[in-house]
Amino acid sequence: MNQEIFTVSISTENNVGLLNRVTSIFLKRHINIESITASESEIKDIHRYTVVVKTTEEAIQKVVKQLEKQVEVVKAYYHRSQDIFTQEIAMYKISVDNLYETDCQSIIKSNGGTIAAVEKEFFVVEKTGSYEETKKLYDDLYPFGLMQFVRSGRIAITKPKMLISELIR
Amino acid sequence: MNAQISKEIPVKTTIKTTGADAVIQCLLKEGVDTIFGYPGGAIMPIYDALYGYQNQLEHILTRHEQGATHAAQGYARVNDKPAVVFATSGPGATNLVTGLADAMIDSTPMVCVTGQVGSHFLGSDAFQETDIVSISTPVTKWNYQITKAEEIAEVFAKAFYIAHSGRPGPVLIDITKDAQFAQIDFSYEKCKRIRSYKPVPTTDPQSIQDAADLINHAKKPMIVFGQGVILGKAEVELKELIEKAGIPAAWTILGLSALPTEHPLNVGMVGMHGNYAPNIQTNQCDVLIAIGMRFDDRVTGDLKTYAKQAKVIHFEIDPAEIDKNVKADVAVLGNSKDTLAEILPLIEENHHKKWHDEFVELDKKEYEAVIKNDLFPTKEGLTMGEVLKEINNVTGGDHIIVSDVGQHQMIACRYAKFTKTQSNITSGGLGTMGFALPAAIGAKKGVPEREVIAIIGDGGYQMTIQELGTIFQTKLAVKIVVLNNDFLGMVRQWQQLFFDKRYASTEMVNPDFVAIAKGYFIEAERVSERGNLAKAVKKMIDHDGPYFLEVKVEKEGNVFPMIESGACVSKVRLK
Ligand SMILES: Cc1ncc(C[n+]2csc(CCOP(=O)(O)OP(=O)(O)O)c2C)c(N)n1
Repeated sequence: MNQEIFTVSISTENNVGLLNRVTSIFLKRHINIESITASESEIKDIHRYTVVVKTTEEAIQKVVKQLEKQVEVVKAYYHRSQDIFTQEIAMYKISVDNLYETDCQSIIKSNGGTIAAVEKEFFVVEKTGSYEETKKLYDDLYPFGLMQFVRSGRIAITKPKMLISELIR
Repeated sequence: MNAQISKEIPVKTTIKTTGADAVIQCLLKEGVDTIFGYPGGAIMPIYDALYGYQNQLEHILTRHEQGATHAAQGYARVNDKPAVVFATSGPGATNLVTGLADAMIDSTPMVCVTGQVGSHFLGSDAFQETDIVSISTPVTKWNYQITKAEEIAEVFAKAFYIAHSGRPGPVLIDITKDAQFAQIDFSYEKCKRIRSYKPVPTTDPQSIQDAADLINHAKKPMIVFGQGVILGKAEVELKELIEKAGIPAAWTILGLSALPTEHPLNVGMVGMHGNYAPNIQTNQCDVLIAIGMRFDDRVTGDLKTYAKQAKVIHFEIDPAEIDKNVKADVAVLGNSKDTLAEILPLIEENHHKKWHDEFVELDKKEYEAVIKNDLFPTKEGLTMGEVLKEINNVTGGDHIIVSDVGQHQMIACRYAKFTKTQSNITSGGLGTMGFALPAAIGAKKGVPEREVIAIIGDGGYQMTIQELGTIFQTKLAVKIVVLNNDFLGMVRQWQQLFFDKRYASTEMVNPDFVAIAKGYFIEAERVSERGNLAKAVKKMIDHDGPYFLEVKVEKEGNVFPMIESGACVSKVRLK
């Protein structure tokens, strides 16, 4: 079976130790987590983990069932990219020498990046978008000497409805 | 009179007390009367509180925390009373891990309570600090660290509810020492619901209908049942289904004893050392009805060739088990007792006589090739099988057999006769050597009126042999049978069959087991002659207190039938 990228959304109670329990289920099947984020959700006291993994559909189906089996997990879903809107945010630290370079300026502009901060020695570019978009800006800025680069985990809004509030009623 | 009334009307009262005392109160509210455990620094306040309740709560001091977990498992599996384990922090807590893993994979309810260093020490590598919550996460159904005494009532209520509801499992509560000392207002309310947790899935009525249609149209149906029948208390419903539809029923190692051995439709054990007929017929049946079992690899062998010709119906409480290993054509979710009761009226009467006769024919083959020599050997050495036969002769099958792990376990499960459910206690999923002796202690504690016989190998016995001390101290009348082949027999068998007889580190130079038992003031005997066996077994069972019997069996006996690891079930070997 083919390996694919899946985005898993997991709605949980907000408890210490639950993240550990959730990640251990991926670990048990030897699935590497590409990115993970945790945040509040639209429901009070319910948190949402968004986990991106590369694996087979058969494996992710089984993992989702194991996740749902956990006492404090309300519901877990897996999605392919067509079922979700996703964003990641990336930040790039660049030497202040490049700030007025026209090449650099136009690269930032054409990639839809914004300058988030300017300090004495460096400035920070910020870009929100897909993995491919933030990667492209990374490649374009690389020749200017990236002092630091960091990308957040993926967050996702699903196109289909998620039945979380019904489940906890 | 007044006292009686106040017992019947529960009043939610609040009392001022310490965290440690609250822990004990929680146990009493949950109907706990026995604790298996071992004290130490971080749990001392709780033990101190326990001291005041000695007439309501009995604490059994095992000789190792692992022993406490297995004893609790034995206790939980023979009756429905909640099983509780106490241990201290650090090494006390880490010693629980094997028992937790065993209980997790064998779905055994158990509440473990560990002491923890004071909350201000957490994360500082304090004396006997270990992160037991992280360590135990993959081997618990749920776990929690209490740092504030105010949390105790709610967390304990949740713990008991989670351990016992749905597919049962072990839970662990870690309590910091300061939370044990703290003063709180305590009141208790049992947990009846957790919003994120659905213990029993809803049964789709269509799945019942679909399953009934498949069963009614089947020409060669076969049932394989597991522990789900025992945990769901569905023994009667299972028997009714089998009898009404005339379906041969085989069992997994943990399903054993749910259906009496002598039932005409009981066709034996499936899996690696199971019976010949049900293994062969797995790949001949047209409808395979799995009830409360999880298609473990020791049952299925090679999945690619497992029951491919059959439609599979899977009765199961845990949705995560559906399609995990074997794809179900019809999945019937729910508690086995309910789902079987629902399907019964839809089932047409049948007998499948010709199909059943095929099992009988295959049984004859196994009898000639294996069973005859196991039970009525003509060679000199004693076999493990004949020991089980003698036990059956004396008890008539009304016993609890607690087996360890290895050849003797397979022999015990193959040959022990059972007339009652919840009578076969063994470590099925984890295969934990050292399980049986402490588990037998727990089983005897759970149902003191029943005969509890532990069947153990010389290897596994020495993994928890220290629990003889617990037996001596508690005077629990456990009967211990060590089948001594002076080898790690099961591993030696594999070495003989698959590693050119290269017996790497499997030979055991053993001590005088009888002397050891006697050192613990337990009556003991050794048998090495066939002529003395029957008498020795009878003497053991007739004996009032605990008893140890060592039987010197042939050194290089093998267990057959056998499906080689990862082989197809129909390739089951008779020699
Ligand atoms: C804790 C543990 N360690 C190792 C094993 C692997 N193992 C399985 S069976 C077995 C041999 C058991 O020997 P013994 O207890 O003498 O029983 P026999 O097979 O001879 O009846 C071993 C080492 C295990 N199951 N459990």
